[in-house]
Amino acid sequence: MQKSYYDPADLKKFGKISEWNETLGEKFFDYYGKVFEEGALTAREKALIALAVSHTEQCPYCIDAYTKDSLQRGITKEEMMEAVHVGAAIKSGATLVHGVQMMNKVNKLEM
Amino acid sequence: MPIQSLNKRESALKQSEAQLKILSNGIFQNGELPTFKAKISETQQYPLKAKKLEILQINLGYMCNQVCAHCHVDAGPDRKEIMTRDTMQQCLDVIKKTGAHTLDLTGGAPEMNPNFRWFVEEATKAGIQDFIVRSNLTIIRANKKYHDLPLFFKKHKVHVVSSMPHWTRGKTDKQRGDGVFDKSIQALKDLNAIGYGIPNSELKLDLVYNPSGAFLPGDQASLEKDFKKALKEDFNIEFHHLFAITNLPISRFLDYLVASENYEDYMYALVEAYNPLAVKSVMCTNTISVSWDGVLYDCDFNQMLELPVNSPVKHISDYNENLLEGRHITISQHCYGCTAGAGSSCQGVVT
Repeated sequence: MQKSYYDPADLKKFGKISEWNETLGEKFFDYYGKVFEEGALTAREKALIALAVSHTEQCPYCIDAYTKDSLQRGITKEEMMEAVHVGAAIKSGATLVHGVQMMNKVNKLEM
Repeated sequence: MPIQSLNKRESALKQSEAQLKILSNGIFQNGELPTFKAKISETQQYPLKAKKLEILQINLGYMCNQVCAHCHVDAGPDRKEIMTRDTMQQCLDVIKKTGAHTLDLTGGAPEMNPNFRWFVEEATKAGIQDFIVRSNLTIIRANKKYHDLPLFFKKHKVHVVSSMPHWTRGKTDKQRGDGVFDKSIQALKDLNAIGYGIPNSELKLDLVYNPSGAFLPGDQASLEKDFKKALKEDFNIEFHHLFAITNLPISRFLDYLVASENYEDYMYALVEAYNPLAVKSVMCTNTISVSWDGVLYDCDFNQMLELPVNSPVKHISDYNENLLEGRHITISQHCYGCTAGAGSSCQGVVT
């Protein structure tokens, strides 16, 4: 019996999500495909965004997928790590900026 | 530690039977990976048949001044297999009588064959439209006797096709050996300086991109754009086209896949990316590959796996176009490499 919540082999089964709801599954994959097409942003730029978001979302499937995707596109390790730091900066900034809410609340409640 | 050839390491995988055993049986537990034969049968493309010959690919020897991590030839300085002048003469006889429009010289480093220049001079007279030499670039800078190679190429209007895994030093040296990047850049500058690779120049200079690891190549057009931008901005280097080629799971690359525990995932990735449309344009359908000892193969991958053509004609000395055309091409699991994604050939994508 599998002893981990995450199994790398599950990534290959992602498409099977549609089997239990074909309409919504297909709409999702259609949308997903369109999002990653070349547009105002290059597919390369989108791959780096996806890689950064994969980390902030802490999705191991996404990290595997977009690390491989970045390598396939010739993206360097340095570029990939910079993207992760952008994600990390936003994530920590997002945590920290809520400190203002805390400060507001403290200021309101304290005499 | 520098990479060594499988031959030098005395690896079990230096034997083609050992490679075929892994490819046929795999290390899969339940045999769930479909065979290539079954896959192409789904679209009625089995047996794969050879069409009219268009490309004659000749391997002048496995000797090379480099030892690259992914080399499917297992070439290196320790490899002594080299085509003799007699076999070259037999190739020339065939070149003169065949309708092939492309001659593709490979190795190892083909320039290291002592009869290389003689062969190019003689073969040029046959009126081939596209005369390709697959040069690893560093040979041009290897020692003095090769420094004039760019001018030799220019004199015979040779189409130079060179491997370049990345526009950065780190990735290139990791795949092809320390110092390869700097020498390759210098060689590219030498070629540019005499007109190779310049837009609209008839002196063709193309680069080959092989992924530096257990992943498939990305979109060829996007990679070409990125390579051009980076090499122009960083070194003022120009070239014509980039061919993105999938690494086939044989020889030194297979050894790497198994040792790094990437073999299974890589094979799955190839099967998942299988494109039935690529099958009809795979290079074995219009190419003959001639090994250093004159034996005929469907492609250079089959050459390395010692799977000769399925025809009564087995050697360049017995060459007979009528007997070779329509032959059934020998396939195995490595053929997934040429049909993944946009397909892969020595000329890049096929769809």
